[in-house]
Amino acid sequence: MQRRKFIKRATLASMASLLGTEIVFGDTLAAGYLPLGLQEPDPFKMFNKDAQMVLLNDKPWNMEAQAHLLDDKITPNKFMFIRNNGNIPKEIDAENWTITFDGESVAREKTFTLKELKSNFKPYTYQLTLECGGNGRSEFDPPAKGNQWTIGAVSCATWTGVRLRDVLADVGIKDDAVYIAYHASDTHLSNDPSKEPISRGVPISKAMQDETLIAYQMNGTAIPIAHGYPLRLIAGGFPASASGKWVNRISIRNIIHDGPKMTGTAYRVPCEPIAPGEKIADEDMCIIESMPVKSLITYPKTGAVLQKGKSLNIRGHAWAGELKVREVAYSIDFGSTWKNCQLEQPANRLAWQHFNASIDFPQEGYYEVWAKATDENGIAQPMILPGWNPKGYLNNACHRIAIKIN
Amino acid sequence: MNSSNKKIAVFATILVLIAMVFFVVQDSSLFTFKENTEEYIAPETGINDPSHPDYDKIENGIHLRTGFAEGEGLQLVITNCTTCHSAKLVTQNRMSEERWKATIRWMQETQNLWDLGANEDTIVNYLATQYAPIAKGRRQNFAKIEWYNLKDE
Repeated sequence: MQRRKFIKRATLASMASLLGTEIVFGDTLAAGYLPLGLQEPDPFKMFNKDAQMVLLNDKPWNMEAQAHLLDDKITPNKFMFIRNNGNIPKEIDAENWTITFDGESVAREKTFTLKELKSNFKPYTYQLTLECGGNGRSEFDPPAKGNQWTIGAVSCATWTGVRLRDVLADVGIKDDAVYIAYHASDTHLSNDPSKEPISRGVPISKAMQDETLIAYQMNGTAIPIAHGYPLRLIAGGFPASASGKWVNRISIRNIIHDGPKMTGTAYRVPCEPIAPGEKIADEDMCIIESMPVKSLITYPKTGAVLQKGKSLNIRGHAWAGELKVREVAYSIDFGSTWKNCQLEQPANRLAWQHFNASIDFPQEGYYEVWAKATDENGIAQPMILPGWNPKGYLNNACHRIAIKIN
Repeated sequence: MNSSNKKIAVFATILVLIAMVFFVVQDSSLFTFKENTEEYIAPETGINDPSHPDYDKIENGIHLRTGFAEGEGLQLVITNCTTCHSAKLVTQNRMSEERWKATIRWMQETQNLWDLGANEDTIVNYLATQYAPIAKGRRQNFAKIEWYNLKDE
């Protein structure tokens, strides 16, 4: 489904396009109010996304990349997928933004302004892979409910912020703390003010990792509004839904957090494998933590035609949730034989790793280049769909591109 | 768009103009105004005004404004399903009658969907007919390959 031509409401649209790119995301405005009121009807302009991004949903906004758009080592905003559960907050006042720490297991409830957060704690910058738990959902059979992500709901951008654990040390947490939960200023699709669209979190052990940030910058500038301006919790390696946007409260819980999208079948998979389509009770579903090993061929774009005798240089990225990727291999004969790719070390823990290979084809014809990554524990991507689950999470089947040699 | 929304739209337009002048002159960053509409906008068509001639136009079996397939119950589905979320959330999914029904129950229990009453059967029947599962197996062929000559980098 490619982007179609948008018929624009002339005056508003042209003014919004004027203002949209230069002011809505401009640094001058980042310090103050952020007007979403322009409502540019073209979401690609409103969110500064590349025209080749694929719009899956416009209420709430959900948009994904295609494999070849993710070729950059660090994903720029224009190619970063959007996954929203509710409505983006309408008015964001970063000047007066606060974040409150509360919950059963907080030693003393405490509130910081954004400024205090920045001045009281040391900033850290990491490249962090964020992949939607439902990336690849579109391939499951029987089909799984939800936005039908193909392969583009993944990114690895540079995030800057303070360590959550530094803030938790300042606030003080009790011994019985087991989970942290985010709350945010987005609103429910039904406009019911008493409902949160999503409120997820991570176990305390994940909260205490060096790379778990309360971030205020993405790729060196203020976080774009669709990605959580002005404050976002970032827990790389976990389903991206654990990285709450527009965060204004973090609760330290003495139970596993039970907010919306934590319970039932949301971001959960069967604790024990089930047959495709089989029914399963909610209590037999387990929360997804680390995402599985996966890789993408980001160059060339699928469909490349080459002259016989030319080698093909492929490249891409591989990641493995909380783990490192040990190797990436490619096959041009549907998995009969595999050859290793060159694989780089990650820039830091939880950053995706880059791979490349030079491929020679034996004769003319149709080929598929398949890539397969293996994590540090020896677990590899499957070539076929992994275990079926009701909501279609964790499809880490091998990515492939079509090639023709003439 | 109803008349109050039109007023808001006009107001928003004026505000944008004021804001533009404000920016040029002051290079300041403090302004804000309300979103101009709450109603469902299909951004790919821009047809969101009931007086638009194509508001309920159907072409090649597709309702242009929403992208829904033509079929018995279409208007009920538009009314009941697109108040809260995009039509795209429906049209990209494929489910059996039982699972469409379960999805409606889930929305009623957790997402503030109202009781559909006597319309429920028509709605479920529309969804299960127009958006029924397609068998995909464990891995599909590429649906469509756009071939291109790869240039040397």
